[in-house]
Amino acid sequence: MVLVLALGDLHVPHRAPDLPAKFKSMLVPGKIQHIICTGNLCIKEVHDYLKTLCPDLHITRGEYDEETRYPETKTLTIGQFKLGLCHGHQVIPWGDLDSLAMLQRQLDVDILVTGHTHQFTAYKHEGGVVINPGSATGAYSSITYDVNPSFVLMDIDGLRVVVYVYELIDGEVKVDKIDFKKTTTTQSAH
Amino acid sequence: MLVGNGIEDEEKWLAEGIAGIQHHAFYMHRALDANNLRETLKYSAQMLSELRTSKLSPHKYYELYMRAFDELRKLEMFFKEESKHGVSIVDLYELVQHAGNILPRLYLLCTVGSVYIKSKEAPARDVLKDLVEMCRGVQHPIRGLFLRSYLAQVSRDKLPDLGSEYEGDADTVVDAVDFVLQNFTEMNKLWVRMHYQGPGQIREKREKERSELRDLVGKNLHVLGQIEGVDLEMYKGTVLPRVLEQVVNCKDELAQYYLMDCIIQVFPDEYHLQTLETLLGAFPQLQPTVDIKTVLSRLMDRLSNYAASSIEVLPEFLQVEAFAKLSNAIGRVIETQVDMPIVGVIALYVSLLTFTLRVHPERLDYVDQVLGACVKKLSGKPKLEDNRATKQVVALLTAPLEKYNDIVTALTLSNYPRVMDCLDNGTNKAMAMVIIQSIMNNNTCISTADKVEVLFELIKGLIKDLDGTSVDELDEEDFKDEQNSVARLIHMLYNDDPEEMLKIIYTVKKHIMSGGPQRLPFTVPPLIFSALRYVGYGLQLVRRLQCQDGDVVGEEVPATPKQIFQLLNQTIDALSSVSSPELALRLYLQCAEAAGACDLEPIAYEFFTQAFVLYEEEIADSKAQVTAIHLIIGTLQRMNVFGVENRDTLTHKATGYSAKLLKKPDQCRAVYACSHLFWVDDQDGIKDGERVLLCLKRALRIANAAQQMIAVTRGRSGPVTLFVEILNKYLYFFEKGNPQITTDAIGGLVELITTEMQSDSTTVASDAFFSSTVRYIQFQKEKGGALGEKYASIKV
Repeated sequence: MVLVLALGDLHVPHRAPDLPAKFKSMLVPGKIQHIICTGNLCIKEVHDYLKTLCPDLHITRGEYDEETRYPETKTLTIGQFKLGLCHGHQVIPWGDLDSLAMLQRQLDVDILVTGHTHQFTAYKHEGGVVINPGSATGAYSSITYDVNPSFVLMDIDGLRVVVYVYELIDGEVKVDKIDFKKTTTTQSAH
Repeated sequence: MLVGNGIEDEEKWLAEGIAGIQHHAFYMHRALDANNLRETLKYSAQMLSELRTSKLSPHKYYELYMRAFDELRKLEMFFKEESKHGVSIVDLYELVQHAGNILPRLYLLCTVGSVYIKSKEAPARDVLKDLVEMCRGVQHPIRGLFLRSYLAQVSRDKLPDLGSEYEGDADTVVDAVDFVLQNFTEMNKLWVRMHYQGPGQIREKREKERSELRDLVGKNLHVLGQIEGVDLEMYKGTVLPRVLEQVVNCKDELAQYYLMDCIIQVFPDEYHLQTLETLLGAFPQLQPTVDIKTVLSRLMDRLSNYAASSIEVLPEFLQVEAFAKLSNAIGRVIETQVDMPIVGVIALYVSLLTFTLRVHPERLDYVDQVLGACVKKLSGKPKLEDNRATKQVVALLTAPLEKYNDIVTALTLSNYPRVMDCLDNGTNKAMAMVIIQSIMNNNTCISTADKVEVLFELIKGLIKDLDGTSVDELDEEDFKDEQNSVARLIHMLYNDDPEEMLKIIYTVKKHIMSGGPQRLPFTVPPLIFSALRYVGYGLQLVRRLQCQDGDVVGEEVPATPKQIFQLLNQTIDALSSVSSPELALRLYLQCAEAAGACDLEPIAYEFFTQAFVLYEEEIADSKAQVTAIHLIIGTLQRMNVFGVENRDTLTHKATGYSAKLLKKPDQCRAVYACSHLFWVDDQDGIKDGERVLLCLKRALRIANAAQQMIAVTRGRSGPVTLFVEILNKYLYFFEKGNPQITTDAIGGLVELITTEMQSDSTTVASDAFFSSTVRYIQFQKEKGGALGEKYASIKV
């Protein structure tokens, strides 16, 4: 069993002062094995904070990131799953599932994680999953009104991944859960 | 020579003294064993004669005294047992007075006196009075102090205190207090007189020696503090006035400082509170060199702790008007002690502030009054350079923040910013950071423009260059930290009321625009997004109202977004002119989209124009261009505010830029992304299939050109990734129902890729991409339904 924290679009300090205190108290060091961050942190302080939660940190570049050395896309394998990471401003139309699916095929991954829209979404698509963890700070977006802060925890266990989404709604943390099973060969995905 | 051998000589004298005591004590013990009173008295008197020495320093004398003291305990035991010596205590009391020398005589008298009181054959009062009077016979300071100290020691448990067995009909607490006060007075006189002894050169050494003796004197005050019967009334009426009288009249710096402190530490807090006026009244009468501020600070600290100990004691403080009294006393002390260093002055104010925060947290006027008094003292002088004084000022400023956990309270204190002005630039900034930190930690919202104004005044050290420093001199990391903190702070300045929020935005803009080129890249984005968020809320509000009442409220929009957008335009313009074109371009696009959402076409168009100008003139880096062009296309694709003409102009420009990117693959990707500008998937969206196809064909041509270039330069064909990407775009528009995308075209593209791949076997990545695309086509075919049917005729 592996816990993967997926988050992005924090936009600190451009659009938000910090992560919500409730999230900070939930995210403690030592529980998470990997962090994947879609980008737009935007400053080093946030990078350093994430590093304290878990040293295995994977980041792609958002258009506001101060650090220009983050890659545009990144793939990594965790257990039986191949994960793809991209901020998403490069994929036009923004947040469009069919266009993201093309990126998923291109990166040849089971799980694609992107951001940019500040709207949590999780779709099962062609035998894979496309996830957007939303904005961890609930940052302003011209794409989504009334952004609620959210992030995603993925519990990867064998061929199964459980996606928990944590959303802060009116000061309360709500948790939702989506189950996903990978068939042994993606060929016969049906 | 004399001074040089002083220490050695003293050791010798002490050794001799101890030897003398041991010698006589030996014979005294034999006499005691033999129950021989006469011999006992003789040898004990000889032993005590050793204490007549004047050669020893207080420290050494104390050693000698302790030896004698131990022997006197044995003697006392013997005196107690009349059966052993056969003389009544009354007679014994007479008998010991025949000793030849005064000092041994008085030691013996005190010892017998103690037994006499215990026997209750005479009232304790009379015996004590007699003893304390007789001791006047010794006027040598050290000898006298130790003798009286001995008297205090042996009488300690025999005072006619309340509830004590010696509290007879005639003996009252008053007598006990009288006795101790008298002994205290005499001891203090002796102690002070020490100061005037000997030549002036060794005064410093002597003051040190005196200081070693202070506890002998102070012990009396401890005893007074422990006497059960000393109630508030007696303390107020007798004890305090008499002690203070002695303290004031002795006119000795060391004694005054020590004894005032002693009074404060020894007696209970509620006594101090009830006698505050008397106690404080003594301070201005003390010698000008006395360190009054330390003593006063300790008094206030004690009272503060007392106030904090229980809520029930607070009314007492109000009743005696403690704050006013302390405040006045401090004012008087500062006035009279002109030479008091500034750090001392501020330390006094810190104590007073701590006091008032504990005792009267609701009285902000008191807090402001203290700060005001401090400003008065500090203003008109050059900025503080004394490190310790600066620390005190920081303590003064931090205390209210910590107490109230709420900067809004501090913002109402008119003297707060004035105190901050007294700090040097570095400390001023550090303090500003503390203020921001306090706001962030407590999640405090600053909700009016007035308060924002005051806040910016407080933290102005971070907002702009203050006189005498320029940004260049600063540590880059520190500067970044500071500016990021300011950026965070801007999000805490808001109000749900649109009118007030607008004022806040104007205020923030005014201040951050004075920040100069290095600060703008940090402070402009949070302002822009704060304003955009506000516009967004306004828009939602309007929409909600429209939903409720039709379109009645169209003109009653609280604040006109137009004004805001003008402000934003100016602000970003300032940013773009200080070499942050990439950031400015992103902000222009954000504003364009927001203006579009407000249905303000000309404004949106203006923002786009600005973004394009920046793209053309300022963004030269090819990688930055690629990102910028994707942002431009992505934003434009989402906007439906533009009329045909404006939209054409903008899309034309965007596709033009795309085709001019430096690297062929970047060109190709940007161009096929442009296809989405002509096909927007919503109700009244644009669906121009022909121009979509033109884009894709153009992308294909570029991909071909890229492939040929690789063939020429590297002698082999390149990866097919771009072709597969374009194939996927074909499939995308095919599924969306664009009639221009035919199954033949798709089939042809698949064939092309297959051919290309055969001539290039090096690229695994594009293999995987292609096979997953082919798999997708199969998947769609097998899915059936309308889409499956469409896919059926694609040959793979």
